[in-house]
Amino acid sequence: MFYREAGDFKTTYAKDNQTFPIAFDRYRYYFVLFVAIGIVPFVINDYWANAILLPFLIYAIAAIGLNILTGYCGQVSLGTGGFMAVGAYTSYKLMTAFPGLDMVTITLLSGFMTAIVGVMFGLPSLRIKGFYLAVATLAAQFFLVWLFNKVPWFYNYSASGQINAPERTMFGMAVTGPNAESWVKYLFCLAFVFVLAWIARNLTRGSIGRQWMAIRDMDIAAEIIGVNPLKAKLTAFAVSSFYVGVSGALLFTVYLGAVEVGEAYGITKSFLVLFMIIIGGLGSIFGAFAGAAFMVLLPVLLRNILTDGMGWDTALATHFEFVIVGAMIMIFLIVEPHGLARLWALAKEKLRLWPFPH
Amino acid sequence: MPEQLVFAMEVTLNGLMTGVMYSLVALGFVLIFKASGIFNYAQGVMALFAAMTLVGIQDGRVPFAHIINEVLGTDIHYFGWEVPALLAILLTVLVMIGFALFVQKFIFRHLVGQEPIILFMATIGLAYFLEGVSDLMWGSEIRNLDVGLPQGINDTIDQVTFEIFGYGFFIDNLDLWATGIAAVLVAGLIAYAQYTKNGRAMRAVADDHQAALSVGISLNYVWILVWSLAGIVALVAGIMWGSKSGVQFSLSLIALKALPVLMLGGFTSIPGAIVGGLIIGVGEALFEFSIGPLIGGATENWFAYVLALVFLVFRPQGLFGEKIIERV
Repeated sequence: MFYREAGDFKTTYAKDNQTFPIAFDRYRYYFVLFVAIGIVPFVINDYWANAILLPFLIYAIAAIGLNILTGYCGQVSLGTGGFMAVGAYTSYKLMTAFPGLDMVTITLLSGFMTAIVGVMFGLPSLRIKGFYLAVATLAAQFFLVWLFNKVPWFYNYSASGQINAPERTMFGMAVTGPNAESWVKYLFCLAFVFVLAWIARNLTRGSIGRQWMAIRDMDIAAEIIGVNPLKAKLTAFAVSSFYVGVSGALLFTVYLGAVEVGEAYGITKSFLVLFMIIIGGLGSIFGAFAGAAFMVLLPVLLRNILTDGMGWDTALATHFEFVIVGAMIMIFLIVEPHGLARLWALAKEKLRLWPFPH
Repeated sequence: MPEQLVFAMEVTLNGLMTGVMYSLVALGFVLIFKASGIFNYAQGVMALFAAMTLVGIQDGRVPFAHIINEVLGTDIHYFGWEVPALLAILLTVLVMIGFALFVQKFIFRHLVGQEPIILFMATIGLAYFLEGVSDLMWGSEIRNLDVGLPQGINDTIDQVTFEIFGYGFFIDNLDLWATGIAAVLVAGLIAYAQYTKNGRAMRAVADDHQAALSVGISLNYVWILVWSLAGIVALVAGIMWGSKSGVQFSLSLIALKALPVLMLGGFTSIPGAIVGGLIIGVGEALFEFSIGPLIGGATENWFAYVLALVFLVFRPQGLFGEKIIERV
């Protein structure tokens, strides 16, 4: 009825190529933005921010990053946790070494640092492929976590080996530290998510994104038609690690505040982000958001139902979470390998014909 | 003989023993990978699950006691009997075969023909699933596993080396047993693959799925067979690791080390798994012994992976793997 492209005439090429060619989609997008920027900051409270919104936004960035590498370029990485730790520790060193630096610069620099490390660990991808590479990225995961654990310079020789985010401000408002208000943190993360998602969406539509996808679909064939695999793979690693690094930095500075590297950036984190993009949809920016939302909401939901609703033991609820997450991964891979994003696209296709499907 | 050299020899020997343990886990990977092209990430969790099940059956624990108690409000934990080790092992083997049937029927039969990387990610899901099931069935506490294998320092080796070098080597009896059992297991597997009808079918499937299918070999049956065999190998690995350091979650992380072992040895080769395991075991023990103290220790967490990574850059198919040929 209302979801139609009929009558929506495009008069320029730019309009024809826009991200949301259908008017309804465009308005929906503006509406989501309006709610996220105009309404949520005024009604947000600590519980919502800490339990759902902040982790969702931060993991969404990591999921977009991993999706660029795995979903678009086809290089499976199990080192996400390690790269997030690089972002976190870079931001920590910068925050403590240069107290005057503002948080946006720090976070972006952390991203760049992670990009450099990511490219270094991405170099072997030119020789090794598939799950050989997946296992090779485990080297990054374990080595980086060990490095941040064992070299005292990284945690400023603190006795506990933890790193704590000092208070830093942005436009006079505390963004990090215990005094930061939840709406400030929320808007800070939202700004990053908005800009980074916008960039990612446009990167993947452009020439570089097409190169990534060519490499993913068949790398030798891509090489023959003129895609430079060195450039394509390393840019994918760089961009992806940048996103993951920004996410890791935000997770530490804004969300957690204090971090012990093995616990916060261990291998489980790598899997968490990987599951997000499998469930959300490989090779889709929307999928990264959907997957992040799913994986953040699922434990909260289970805790509410099993522990609060039925009075079960928390440990039991955690075990159930494992079973459910594992089963979901397998079900999605069997039934819908393209994840929630594909289901969403199917729903939209159906909606275009509704209510007269013939 | 200089003292350092003697120490290094002891470290090397112990590294070899650890390497055998890695090889045991890696064997399970190779079995499944050869027959079905599935790179089974869940092998480590299978070892954990098998060991947990074994302890649970031995102690006569009630499976799913936690949930039953929560839902029904009862307070049951034990059946009140103890099962002898041998019978418990047999029952666990049955459970692992049941698991193989389940995996094949509900998961991998529906994923036939998918890309290898999709299959790999499915096994990561399987690993999570199985870990959750294991926790639900038997709880997540650390359990002691004792199937009657001798433990502690081997006195003979201690004395002999003391007479030769003036310093007694510390070699655990359990490690010696593990080495022996691993050797028997490998010999058994190779004999099974070479001389039995099922083994021939297994090799045929590993060679060429479609050709095997066309001469009347049931792929489904062979896949269930290899998953069962992998389950049994996982049980053996679980018993060894479990007797050594208790049955706990870290078991599945140790088992992750089988991955670099495989990358070194090649995914398709049983001797490769053994040699790779030994190289990794000795390499990380010597590295930790020589370089470890200089850079803060605990290097065994990552050394295996970095070694495999560096190695792969020069030889992507591993030591004994089949040459990778790509066609467009």
